[in-house]
Amino acid sequence: MERYLDNSATTRPYDEVTEKVASVMREQYGNPSSLHRKGIGAEKELKAARESIAATLKASAGEIYFTSGGTESDNLAILGVCGISRGRHIISTPLEHPATMNTLAKLKEDGWQVDFIPVDRDGVISLPAFEDLIRSDTVLVTAMLVNNEVGSVQPIARMAKILKKKNPKAIFHVDAVQGYCKVSCDVRELGADLISISGHKIHGPKGVGVLYVKKGTRLAPCLYGGGQQDNVRPGTENVPGIAGIGVAASLCHSRMAESVPRMENLRKRLEEGIVSRIPDVRVNTPEGCAPHILNVSFGKVRSEVVLHSLENEEIYVSSGSACSSHKREPSYVLTAMGVDRAMIDGSIRFSLSEFTTQEDIDATVDALATIVPRLRKLK
Amino acid sequence: MKKADIVLLKYGEIALKGLNRPMFEQRLLKNVGKALAPLGKFSIRKSQSMLYVEPLEEGIDMEIAIERMQKVFGIVNICPAVSCDKDMDSIAKTTVECLREMDVEGKTFKVEAKREDKQFPLNSPQICQQMGGVILKNVKGLKVDVHNPDILVQIEIRKKAYIFTEKVSGAGGMPVGTNGKAALLLSGGIDSPVAGWMIAKRGVGLDAVHFHSHPYTSDRAKEKVIDLAKILSAYTGKINLHVVPFTDIQLAIIDKCPKNYLTLIMRRVMMQIAERIAKQGHAQALITGESIGQVASQTMESLAVTDNAVSMPVFRPCIGMDKEEIVQISKKIDAYETSILPYEDCCTIFVPKHPKTRPDIAEIVEAEQALTNLEEMIEDAIAQDEVIVIQPE
Repeated sequence: MERYLDNSATTRPYDEVTEKVASVMREQYGNPSSLHRKGIGAEKELKAARESIAATLKASAGEIYFTSGGTESDNLAILGVCGISRGRHIISTPLEHPATMNTLAKLKEDGWQVDFIPVDRDGVISLPAFEDLIRSDTVLVTAMLVNNEVGSVQPIARMAKILKKKNPKAIFHVDAVQGYCKVSCDVRELGADLISISGHKIHGPKGVGVLYVKKGTRLAPCLYGGGQQDNVRPGTENVPGIAGIGVAASLCHSRMAESVPRMENLRKRLEEGIVSRIPDVRVNTPEGCAPHILNVSFGKVRSEVVLHSLENEEIYVSSGSACSSHKREPSYVLTAMGVDRAMIDGSIRFSLSEFTTQEDIDATVDALATIVPRLRKLK
Repeated sequence: MKKADIVLLKYGEIALKGLNRPMFEQRLLKNVGKALAPLGKFSIRKSQSMLYVEPLEEGIDMEIAIERMQKVFGIVNICPAVSCDKDMDSIAKTTVECLREMDVEGKTFKVEAKREDKQFPLNSPQICQQMGGVILKNVKGLKVDVHNPDILVQIEIRKKAYIFTEKVSGAGGMPVGTNGKAALLLSGGIDSPVAGWMIAKRGVGLDAVHFHSHPYTSDRAKEKVIDLAKILSAYTGKINLHVVPFTDIQLAIIDKCPKNYLTLIMRRVMMQIAERIAKQGHAQALITGESIGQVASQTMESLAVTDNAVSMPVFRPCIGMDKEEIVQISKKIDAYETSILPYEDCCTIFVPKHPKTRPDIAEIVEAEQALTNLEEMIEDAIAQDEVIVIQPE
């Protein structure tokens, strides 16, 4: 039986989402900008999705912009702020997703100064160090709510308070791609100006995402076109995808009260099972992390061999480092957390969803308890 | 150039064959037919050591057809022709137009004519003479050289008049299928596809054998080999790709044999499996991408040890080539970009730190005794062999 524990990579869409996307493609194929009835029908789908998502964030519908996914949302937020700002300084964390990291690298080439807040062994930033980094010419702070590799949660609300006190003009962007519908994302609590969300991490379709833009926050567009979405993100809207993310967000958010504690318990069961049955492991996921991610290093094995061995049992996980014989780069997130190289090479990420069952967890622990010692014997 | 209405294929080596020549020609005709079939209907005729390829349907893209014919072994030159009405005015006009579209500055030319339609008022020498004059007068920069021309302008008078001015190189070699079949050990690297291509060029059909070491290699490595086989099949036609599960054997070797001989023993077992698969498929030889001294398992001594494991001939066409030369061919046949995709293959994992470069065959044979159930494991691996039929697109 298939056991899918790679939900941080992507999730299985809800059946309701698949049906919504198909029905919109079949029936609401109009262009939302068209003046006739067919256009209005499509526009209604956009409006409904915008309202659904705004409700989950306790934001207003006018603050919701649709993009092609997490990467574009991060790009639009970062480049959008920097594109209209006079300052030269950005603050971020060493744990960010490549969508952020590589956008910052580009800005650095263009002359921007980027500072990274130091993180501790739990993968959480230091607030005093953050406060020290804030300057008068800091225009943007970008930080992720939940780290995609280890699941650590950043103290976003406290960061926002510190930032706004020291430099009220600076914009605060939060990459909530992994955190949305896993931890609370109330915009008033978080205090963020911009929030990135991706559809396919919450059982929605791929190729669609959201950027929450707090009212009054100005952004330079990354694309130029026909004026859709206030010209912040022009281009004919992906109506089926947007309708799909709307349904996914409502469902996923409404089930949080039940699904989050369940995932938390299963994640704990997985961690305890691994730690009690397999020696020489290191749990890289800190206390107080997101409910759905568990990152564990297995000593003396290579993570991709464990991954492919689990694949033989129809258990799907992710390896800590993307690697091959030719190009082998250790995870920068685990490196920043001070994990040593040998343990990084053996790190596996398990990520759960509301579909994960206790049987999935037990079967995974059983499989690991057989596979890991067998692989170690060969070294 | 102007749109070709007919293409003339010239073959080199085949023309030198004696009594076997019709067999080679028939095979070439068939291979060209197969290469063109997906594009539509063509007439392919043989006449005086040449093939005439003519599209029979409207809307066939002759540029794509020529690209496909460039991958058919046995063709030395591909000459596209433009047709026009059978009168000297039209012929002159078309010829001049064709030449003006070419880069002719400082080049030499010669006109050759062939008159199949004897009703045509001028005979061949007269056509040549007249057209030579027309070209000299109307195309700037061209000079005559009847012995060694840069551009050969051929005019054929048949149902219509055909004018050939251009010449594209073909792949050369011999038609695939005229020299039997061999089994290629296809790893996924740069060398083995090149080796397969080189042997296929000599008219040899290919089967391929790939060793898969899941979970130590990913299924992407397998997909990559399928892609490489597909690239090769554009030249060779159908390839039966055998994907043989190899993990258990590898693990047994690691478990039971001395570390410095791991790679060689592994290679020897691979050769044995490939030989059996080759025999089942009626292939008469094995092909590998090895080149002397490239890695420890490719020293002369090591190659002797691998050869010793099988009785079939083992062809290693890259044997005397530098890596850079192999890379050049790999790029030429469009395999390079796929070959360098970074998935591990079964040869790059479990590489011992200090492999023997001067192995001793007696020591190896003795070390292999530790693999008590080797025969059983080989039979198991062959029984689980997954055959993927690769057809050119």
